[in-house]
Amino acid sequence: MTTTIAQPSYLEGKKGLFSWIFTLDHKRIALLYLYAIIAFFLVGMTLGLLMRLELLNPGKDLVEPTTYNQIFTLHGVIMIFLFIIPSIPAVFGNFFLPLMLGTDDVAFPKLNLLSWWLYVLGAVFALATLVFGDGPADTGWTFYAPYSVKTGTNVTMAVMAAFILGFSSILTGLNFIVTIHRLRTPGMGFNQMPLFAWGLYATSWIQLLATPVIGITLLMIVAERVFGIGLFDPSIGGDPVLYQHMFWIYSHPAVYIMALPAMGIVSEIIPTFAQRTIFGYKAIAYSSMAIAFIGYFVWGHHMFTSGMSGPAAIIFSVLTFLVAIPTAIKVFNWVATLYKGSIDVKPPLLYALAFIFNFLIGGLTGLVNGALAADIHVHDTYFVVGHFHYVMFGGTGFAFFGALHYWFPKIYGKLYNIRMANISFAIFFIGFQLLYFPMLVVGLMGMPRRYYDYLPQFHVPNVVSTVGSWILATGILMMIANLMVAYWKGKKARKNPWHGITLEWQTSSPPPLHNFDKMPEVNEKGPYHYKNAMDQ
Amino acid sequence: MEHSFSLPNSGHNFDAEASKLGMWLFLFTELLLFGGLFLVYMVYRSLNHEAFIEASHHLNVWAGTTNTIVLLASSLTVAMSITALQQGNKKRSLLLLTITFIAAGVFLVIKYFEWSAKFEHGLFPGMEHYSQLPTGERLYFYLYFFMTGLHGLHVIIGGIFLAVVMVKIKSGKVHKDRISLLENGGLYWHLVDLIWIYLFPLFYLIH
Ligand code: HEM
Ligand SMILES: [Cu+2]
Repeated sequence: MTTTIAQPSYLEGKKGLFSWIFTLDHKRIALLYLYAIIAFFLVGMTLGLLMRLELLNPGKDLVEPTTYNQIFTLHGVIMIFLFIIPSIPAVFGNFFLPLMLGTDDVAFPKLNLLSWWLYVLGAVFALATLVFGDGPADTGWTFYAPYSVKTGTNVTMAVMAAFILGFSSILTGLNFIVTIHRLRTPGMGFNQMPLFAWGLYATSWIQLLATPVIGITLLMIVAERVFGIGLFDPSIGGDPVLYQHMFWIYSHPAVYIMALPAMGIVSEIIPTFAQRTIFGYKAIAYSSMAIAFIGYFVWGHHMFTSGMSGPAAIIFSVLTFLVAIPTAIKVFNWVATLYKGSIDVKPPLLYALAFIFNFLIGGLTGLVNGALAADIHVHDTYFVVGHFHYVMFGGTGFAFFGALHYWFPKIYGKLYNIRMANISFAIFFIGFQLLYFPMLVVGLMGMPRRYYDYLPQFHVPNVVSTVGSWILATGILMMIANLMVAYWKGKKARKNPWHGITLEWQTSSPPPLHNFDKMPEVNEKGPYHYKNAMDQ
Repeated sequence: MEHSFSLPNSGHNFDAEASKLGMWLFLFTELLLFGGLFLVYMVYRSLNHEAFIEASHHLNVWAGTTNTIVLLASSLTVAMSITALQQGNKKRSLLLLTITFIAAGVFLVIKYFEWSAKFEHGLFPGMEHYSQLPTGERLYFYLYFFMTGLHGLHVIIGGIFLAVVMVKIKSGKVHKDRISLLENGGLYWHLVDLIWIYLFPLFYLIH
């Protein structure tokens, strides 16, 4: 007779610093990312608050013009490369992909650890720009040549940071693709996979196929700076516009590296809190792949004003509009899932709904940018700043925090105070709208981005925006405090507090070291078939 | 008997299919890395057609051809070494890998002499002769050094990879029934070869 002994949870087990920073356990690696990513988010947020403070009044109040340029560059680099791109895949993908597939780790645990260390190295490079030479880069996070080649600030190091972080991202993507192909639990076909896994799958392909292009482009910038002359330098016949193409060939698809996992999160949260089968499973799954594919061919929409032939501009514009279709399909499916569901309004659902709301605004303003004539007017104005914050922060950022609230009980085995979570969500959400909606308005009025100063007629919306930034920061800090209190003092969470039916809810909270104490049971009718969902 | 439950589809099991899939995916990223450079080459070549032809006369076609043959041959030997190990012939496999390894060295030595000749003529970006060239030719040499340099780096990495595999074959960690590391080393080496197959005509041959 064989009996199975219960394993300790992954949080108990081995103790000590080294058991964390050299762990091969995907769950611990995920938590390392979680802490680092939240820390960088807070740093980035502080820089954002600083910029907003400078912009409270027209004229120079707080920082020198160059310093302002360095601040928005560092803010952009941190938020893009250290926060939003790794956020959902590296934290929740790492933690939950293996659990959702019913396996005990990713396909290459050592490679996973290497990704983490590359992330750390990249972060060190990014922060090192603060102390060496003439300070952080002042080029904007886009590092456009020829200015990025001429400026005396620490561009080389910032660019190396982005290069290394790209490598980390590639390896994570590679790991996930192989994991999905090889480690699904017996009985789980591709079409029985949770939609979060689908989102990660599409994302991973983009990480794999787009990131090398920016890698090589950034290397060219480095070479150019080291040898003092180079490929994008017009004085030797180089073409700065070519740099922009190369940059956006990666950086537009990168937008979907941010968005697709977030859509996956929303597709998990909504059926759970509506206790209803997701509407249009396949449509959501395949539209992720469609977005990933079309998203590869739209980069030119960032360059309508940089000099581009008419036909090229029209093609890029049309393709950009095409992306809206699979995106809209998803939105309709989410809303249809809610229709006649037994909706349980809990914090994760609030975040998911906020995602839909914000993403809608972000997406529609994106169409304005994608329309050729309109873009000439709004290009490089605050309208664009408003737009991309709605998409990245209002979309992916909210989904990230939604995921944190959704899976917190699973990760730590503790429940947080729901009331506090609701209140901080409300403050966060209101602050967000006050912070970014005025940017859309003031952008349409013609206020350009990337200046420390503005004309007096833009004053009122800027005051609203800055006040909004304080409210938003309050909400975020309250939210984090609430979760920290829960971590130390929270009530014990049950195995399945939200009555979810994907596989991660079949194991204890927090999960045991090897994820499952018995074989997880796949729901053959699909991952969201709620008929046989039992209260556990 | 007591034991803790373990899943059949564990990420900690050895899975030859998975490691091969992982390697292929990695090769895609390498291809795209060079793909970016090929794109830049294409654009600048079409803008500076004449200058590129002019500049390409500075290259030594014989050295390039020799190197092409060396690399092609080494791709063959690495493939043969895999077959040898599959048949359980460890000695033969090691011998063939050694030949591959030497070929990598020969390639680098020839490349070294080619590069030094360019240096002597002051054709490296920033040197005197280089700075007097027409702009298109400067782009050509910039690309030449960047692309063959990056490729050379890949030859070195590939060589180290193969050396590690050799050590593991010797110590018995890689063998007939657990051959995927050698296969992956072979795949990587083929990639290094493949990229050169494109670099060679682009820089040395087409007029
Ligand atoms: C937390 C509160 C945040 C505030 C107060 C804030 C504020 C700002 C402001 C005022 C700018 C415009 C600077 C200018 O053009 O003069 C900006 C730029 C930017 N923000 Fe944020 N932001 C916040 C969060 C985020 C998040 C979460 C992300 C990404 C997910 C993000 C990504 C960016 C990027 C990429 C830029 C462009 C930088 C550049 O122009 O190179 N921000 N932010
Ligand atoms: Cu774009």
